[in-house]
Amino acid sequence: MMEHRMFTYYLDLALRSLKRNKVLTTLMVLSLALGIGASITTLTVFRLLSGDPLPGRSAQLFYPQLDPYPKDQPFSRSDKMPWLMTYVDAMHLVHARKAQRQAAMAMTQIKVTPPQGRKPFFSDGVMATADFLPMFGAPFQYGAAWTAADDDSRARVAVIAGFLNDKLFGGANSVGRSIHINDRDFRIVGVLRHWAPQPRFYAMHLGGRDYGGDGDAVFMPLQAARAEGMEPQVSLSFGATQAPDRETSNSIWLGVWVELANAADVAAYRTYLGNYAAQQVAMNRFQRSRATLSGLKSWLRSQHVVPDDVRLQVGLAFGFLLICVVNTVGLLLAKCLRRSREIGVRRALGASRGAIFAQFMVEAAIVGLTGGVLGLLFAELGLWGIRHQPAEYASLAHLDVQMFAFTFVIALLASLVAGMLPAWRACAVAPAPQLKAA
Amino acid sequence: MSMHPIIASLRMHRIPAALIVLEIALACAVLCNAVFMIGQRMADIHLPNAIDERGISVLTLNGADPARAAADIPRNIDALRGIAGVTSVAVATSMPLDGYAALTGFTVTPEGKSTVNTAEYFIGSGGEQALGLRLLQGRHFNADEYANSGIEGFRSLGHVVLITQADAQRLWPGQSALGRQLYADGSQWTVVGVIADVLAQNPAFSGDRGQYSSVFFPLQPHAVLTDYVLRSAPQDRERIVRESLRVLGALEPSAVVEGKTYTAMRDAYFADNRSMAWMLALVCAVMLAVTAFGIVGLTSFWVQQRRRQIGIRRAVGATRRHIMQYFQTENFLLSSAGAVLGMVLAFGINIYLMQHYEISRMPWYYLPAGAVALWLIGQLAVFGPALRAAAVPPVVATRSV
Repeated sequence: MMEHRMFTYYLDLALRSLKRNKVLTTLMVLSLALGIGASITTLTVFRLLSGDPLPGRSAQLFYPQLDPYPKDQPFSRSDKMPWLMTYVDAMHLVHARKAQRQAAMAMTQIKVTPPQGRKPFFSDGVMATADFLPMFGAPFQYGAAWTAADDDSRARVAVIAGFLNDKLFGGANSVGRSIHINDRDFRIVGVLRHWAPQPRFYAMHLGGRDYGGDGDAVFMPLQAARAEGMEPQVSLSFGATQAPDRETSNSIWLGVWVELANAADVAAYRTYLGNYAAQQVAMNRFQRSRATLSGLKSWLRSQHVVPDDVRLQVGLAFGFLLICVVNTVGLLLAKCLRRSREIGVRRALGASRGAIFAQFMVEAAIVGLTGGVLGLLFAELGLWGIRHQPAEYASLAHLDVQMFAFTFVIALLASLVAGMLPAWRACAVAPAPQLKAA
Repeated sequence: MSMHPIIASLRMHRIPAALIVLEIALACAVLCNAVFMIGQRMADIHLPNAIDERGISVLTLNGADPARAAADIPRNIDALRGIAGVTSVAVATSMPLDGYAALTGFTVTPEGKSTVNTAEYFIGSGGEQALGLRLLQGRHFNADEYANSGIEGFRSLGHVVLITQADAQRLWPGQSALGRQLYADGSQWTVVGVIADVLAQNPAFSGDRGQYSSVFFPLQPHAVLTDYVLRSAPQDRERIVRESLRVLGALEPSAVVEGKTYTAMRDAYFADNRSMAWMLALVCAVMLAVTAFGIVGLTSFWVQQRRRQIGIRRAVGATRRHIMQYFQTENFLLSSAGAVLGMVLAFGINIYLMQHYEISRMPWYYLPAGAVALWLIGQLAVFGPALRAAAVPPVVATRSV
């Protein structure tokens, strides 16, 4: 009860003091708010970009890599593993079925011709083996994914995205109907609900955007798509001998993902992968027997999925926040030193050091919370600005509940740090001399 | 004026003085690095590119029947030539800065190894004129070379190549490149001409030394030639893009045609750079404003606190000018300390950024420039409070409060 009354009293004192120096108070609040606004804006973008593309599933997804490059012409000068796989290796891993599920994939640009003579347009297509959609847990509105049998028989089937189904068929159940892709008919076997993992982790290095958008439009069996002449967006060749077709040539153009349920399975798969690479060396297909298996999150981190610019912006914003905090410390200190006499009187009348300290910390907290509210406004403004930027992720930049709460944590923390020194100086004021001076 | 009283007084106010120094140091450090980064972005945005950037419009035709390309391309070019204001038309595989990089490492010996990724362009007959390539040595491709050309796996089956001046100097330093052989993956081509530096399709991907590493091959009408390059006077471009979209759309109803001016393409490529530069500039401006207002606030408080002392000084003969100078000198001392600390900090941040990001060493002159900027801002900020201090009348000395 007592505590509560004292707090109300400090609140009253703080508000009076803040009102007395309107300009100084405004300066403090504004500078804190600007620092907080900048930090929250950049942090929101950072969090958005470093987020989990498949919450709940990402821990079971792994990305194997092999190195088919000749030793004297390595994939990268800094000895990085090749990003992608050759068709031979990818198909070997897929057919071996050593993981719970496994899929090989490549991206392609497809021309979709709508019915009734409407204009054709280009869209993002995924060529993949059967496990692709089930393994990533893509949600279906109608129908289902194609099967491994469809892969083998090169069936011209397709799963289309919800937005494409809306555009072509007005949202009706289009399973069994056909879609005209690159001037050939594909039978629709499934329609997805909205599915657009951010970042688009499975397409990293396969071409196209990493963030944003409504997701890919069409998913087709890899071999069937290739039989129709669809080309992967990215293909990197190595070595001198050029086989005429992509399936046998020395070129890497496929990504492979596998699903592994637990640590034992991961260890077993690592061993399998290592053995496979060693075998290829023995057969003279590879010159280096190294192989890696990365979890989804560590793969994204290692590929710098968060652009450097965004990291720099976060650093810059926090540097700016630091300047704003130092600024606020200075201004709070100025205010508190000016009130030495008032403090002296309160001390002489029996206020303890702790009471003076608390009083000044309450004042700092009020500045901080006001700065936080205003900072939230600045952050919304900043994010609005980011949404109008040309970056891929622009449209995704929104403040969520956690960042909203975090704003106040930062604000309170910043203001309390800023208030500490002035409050400490204030409670060190001795009662007597101040009264004498008056 | 003696500095002694100022230093003595600062010693009395160690904490506020230290805060001002710290704030100026931080601002100086951030400012130096941010301005350096802005400079680098702007340099990228303004990379010169020796094609007729302001006269080119590009139409991209995708999804046409590849089997009919040989017949359709000449027909399409003829139709596009008919548009008023178009001075030349040609086809190409891609354009500088379109982001689709077809890269190969070329060497000067059959066994050599390349460390530079060179952008490959194939152009159809008349491509040199349509792009506005500037010939420095040798000649353009002749009709025979266009007629006897081909492509397989994005490798030219012809025997000739045009290279940029940057590559000529890199590959054959101090010698003429004309007539020399360029090798890649078991094929070879003779350099018939050297042109002014054309940017790579995707400079970010080609690396520092690959920015101007570009080669041009001749190619007869072929399905890979999907870009139609139209050259005109700059003011005609918008209309030409509109009309050519209509013309090509009618000729190729089953294909997808997109068109834009080359300057729009270039702007799109550098859009991220531009927005980063703006963001950095904005943060710098706000940061300097916050710093300045911080100095105004602290100095005002200081002036208020020392009204009596100022009054006494005035009473014993100091002029207004002296009082002003006192505060200005004080600020100068604080700014100097802050600037020195800030320069050290700026240097350290730059070293850190060099290790963790693709950022080069900051030239030394950014440091003093940043320091001078903070000095100026400090003096500007202190001017108002100093003026108010100078206005304190001597009579204040006689009052008790």
